[in-house]
Formats: sequence, C-alpha cells, structure tokens
Amino acid sequence: MSAPLLEIENLTVTFPTSRGPVDVVKGISFSLGRERLGIVGESGSGKSMTGRSILRLIRKPGRVAADRITFDGIDLLSQSERQMRELRGARISMVMQDPKFSLNPVMTIGEQIGEALLTHRKLPRSELKARVLSMLEAVRINEPERVANLYPHEVSGGMGQRVMIAMMLIPEPDLLIADEPTSALDVSVQAQVLDIIDDLVTGKGMGLILISHDLNLVSRYCDRILVMNSGEIVESCKASDLNKATHPYTKGLLAAMPRMDEERDELPVLDRSTWTTGAGT
Amino acid sequence: MKNAAIHLENLSISYGTTPVVFDVDFSVSEGESFALVGESGSGKSTILKAISGLAPDWSGRISVLGKPRGHKPDREFAKTCQMVFQDPYGSLHPRKTVDDCLAEPLAVHGIGGRDTRVKDMLDAVGLDQRFRFRFPHQLSGGQRQRVAIARALMLEPRVMLLDEPTSALDVSVQAEILNLLKKLRREQGLTYLMVTHNLPVVSFLCDRMAVMRHGRVVEIAEVDALKTGRLSDPYSRELYAASGGTLQPA
Repeated sequence: MSAPLLEIENLTVTFPTSRGPVDVVKGISFSLGRERLGIVGESGSGKSMTGRSILRLIRKPGRVAADRITFDGIDLLSQSERQMRELRGARISMVMQDPKFSLNPVMTIGEQIGEALLTHRKLPRSELKARVLSMLEAVRINEPERVANLYPHEVSGGMGQRVMIAMMLIPEPDLLIADEPTSALDVSVQAQVLDIIDDLVTGKGMGLILISHDLNLVSRYCDRILVMNSGEIVESCKASDLNKATHPYTKGLLAAMPRMDEERDELPVLDRSTWTTGAGT
Repeated sequence: MKNAAIHLENLSISYGTTPVVFDVDFSVSEGESFALVGESGSGKSTILKAISGLAPDWSGRISVLGKPRGHKPDREFAKTCQMVFQDPYGSLHPRKTVDDCLAEPLAVHGIGGRDTRVKDMLDAVGLDQRFRFRFPHQLSGGQRQRVAIARALMLEPRVMLLDEPTSALDVSVQAEILNLLKKLRREQGLTYLMVTHNLPVVSFLCDRMAVMRHGRVVEIAEVDALKTGRLSDPYSRELYAASGGTLQPA
C-alpha cells in the first residue's frame, strides 16, 4: 500500500441547533488505501456524516471543517462546486441505503445507468448501450435487456440495489462509499449484494468504505474497521481482530448482539456511564 | 386442541384477489414463544394481521385461546390478544402523549383506575414516570417501542403478536427490548407469536419457529435445531447460512 487513496485529518461536522452548534463528527482522522474499510456505529454516531463529508454532500446549515481531506493527491476542501461535480461519480461514488428513494422513478433503469456514464464522458449510443448491459450483467442481473427497459417500481428491492451499484460503478470510480447498502434488504439478498460489491471492488482494485450498523457484516466484508460513537472513533482494528476489541463500547456492542446459538438468559446492556465521559481516542 | 393459545388450520389469506398465504397450519401452546421467519413478501406479517383482524380476507380457521376468531373486529378478542408493530416511529400517534396513548385502550373498554394502571405499566416496561406526559417525538426509538409494548399490555392480554419488534432499533437498544420482552413473558406467562427475519433473535427469545417462503410454511423446527444448525429444509438452511450460521448435517 503506497500513497493512501484518501487521507482525512481532524474532520469535524457541525450543525447549528437552538441550543448552539453541535458537533456530530468530532475531529476524526483516518486514511484509506486501496482496501476495504468498514465504519460501524449506532444511529447518531456520525458514520454517515463522515461518508457524506468526503463527497462534500453536507448541505447548509451543516458545516464541514478539516485540517486536510485529500483524495489521490487532490485537496477536496479547496475544490469548487464545479470541480466536485466532476469528481463525484467519476472518481468517488456513493451507494445509498434505500433503492426505493434513490432511483429516479420516471426514468428506466437503462437510461439511469447510461446517464451516470454519459455525464462524465461522451459515448456513441451503441457503445453506451453495450456498456450498460454488460454492467447489469456484472451485478448478476439475468436478462439485462429486459431489465434495462423497466422502471424502478417494477423491480424488487434487491434488484434495485444492484441497479444502484451498477450505476455507481459504471464510471469506474477509484473509491466507493457504501452507506448501509443492504439494511433495507432481506438477509438472503444482503449476502448476494455484498458479494457483488466485494467482487467488483477487489477485481478493479478500488477502495471501499462500507458504512453499517452491523458489526458482524462489516467484519465479514472488510479488511479494517473503525468503530464510531458520538462523533468519535473509539476503536480502529483489523477486521480479523474484532473479537480482541479493547474499547468498552465495542465490547458492549459485540456482547449485546444475540448469537445463533444463544444460551444467555439475558443480554448484557451497554453501561453508558463508563465510557461517555472523557473516553475517546 | 387443548392448551393451544393460537391455533391455525388451513389458513389462506388474500389481499383483494391476490392470494398471499396458502394453507398454513400450526399451533402455539400457551406460554410458548413461537417465531415466524422468512424473507419479505413471504406472508409472515400477513398471518399476524389476519389473527389480529387487520386482514379480514381469509379462509380456514383461526382460534385464539380456544375461541374461534371471526372476520369482524371483536372487542372481547382485543382483551386477549394484542399486537406490537415494527416501527415505533410510525405506530404511535404523534399528537397524543404517552399517557393518552396508554389510557386509550382502558377508556375504550371502560376499565377504571386508569391513573394507577398507567403508572404501573410504565414501571413494568422500564420507563421513568417523567416520560408519562411526553409526546412521541420527545422519546428515542427504544423508548417509543417500550411505549408500544406498554400499550399492547394495557388490557392484560395473554397472547402477544410481535411484528419485528426490534428491527428498527440499534443493537444495544435491541438488547434492552429483547430483555424486556423476555422478562414480561416470564412474569406474566405471555404467549408470543413473533415475526422476524433475524435468526439470532429467534435463538434468544423463542422456543420454536416456522420458516416461511412464498406464503407457505416450509419447516417448523425447535430452537435447538437452529442453535446447532440442523435445519432440514433446503431453504431454511440457505437462510441460516445467509445469517452467518455454520451448517451441520440435518
């Protein structure tokens, strides 16, 4: 792993409230190579905000401040909005949680995927069509010809999510940010979708940031894991070393999860008093 | 059948002209905790809706605590069987306080002593008394689900229908709600029929489970079969593997 693909130093995201500004991300730093990084945390831990701030997708009145956000040598903080648009999709792209709300309901699937490519590069129509169909095949959609002509409401959730992945990967970005890509899907479909992301990401040597609340899932699909709690990174470890986690929050999360061969009579509940004050890295 | 809290026989359910559930038979004995698992669209929530009267278009037989269930809303039935819904953000009235919400079933059924009953119920579900006059938007997801459970328990039902009670919650909050459900069942001898897609939750809370696919029950298994990975139906095994379990020969 030579120069890191993405470097973040001291990232802070702030939202104003009636009781003064609230930091939802509190000065976190990490770097990412061409590897798979998982960010885990509960609702409100700031994991999605971290993902969004990389793409500068945080709207006003939210404010992003950082000492440094560089992507492949480009300083993302100083880019103009126009320059950002060129990066988004082409170099860094993002898969959102729910295909139902993220696909355009009045465009066919083929058109939408084609648009993602056409925005960044002019292509003859016949080549565009071939690329769209081969991308649909890559996300394991049978009969890509037929599916390309369907509208989003005509496909299932799992298929919609695969369409979204196709759309995000067709410009061949270097970094994919997947924000809870499977939490709207069934368990049996989840594994399929993640396998597809995994195949494509490792096959093309891209970087992946997988944001999720599911520790087990992340540990299965990532190389490295960051655990976030109330805007801070409380634990950073290799996915394989997750069970050796040291921070009480991570341990608490792991213990609170029921297991397949559950014999405990009661699940341990997080004792928030031990780590909310003064803890953090 | 004796001692059956819920008994379903040849139950088929449809929404309009679309059949959704086909010939389901099972019974849940009193005090048992039974899970329905399967992917979305397999008809598991529809069964709960039919039992509670929200999906009146069914044929076959449903009986709860020995009494056959009719197709119409049934006031007496509500006292024995209550349902908790999946999304605590959607199932509480946004303009009613916790107190209104808990007292309403009592008012509907003309039960007195509302004040003490509401107080006691808040204690039972582990909510501080200061939450009593708050609105749902002032509560967290876990607290709302506690309110929803409390509301279901106000009429002291003996059967609870739980529709994915923890899937909208974080893991640490899920643990709290699961512990609460387990405690309530132990203390009040409740019968649970729970819909979920989370197999580890079944392992924690249930005694038996039925695996559903395309509107049919494909397998009914003891929870021990789940714990040891010895499910027999190929689809159940697939589901088990997808949930991260290690399969053993059936």
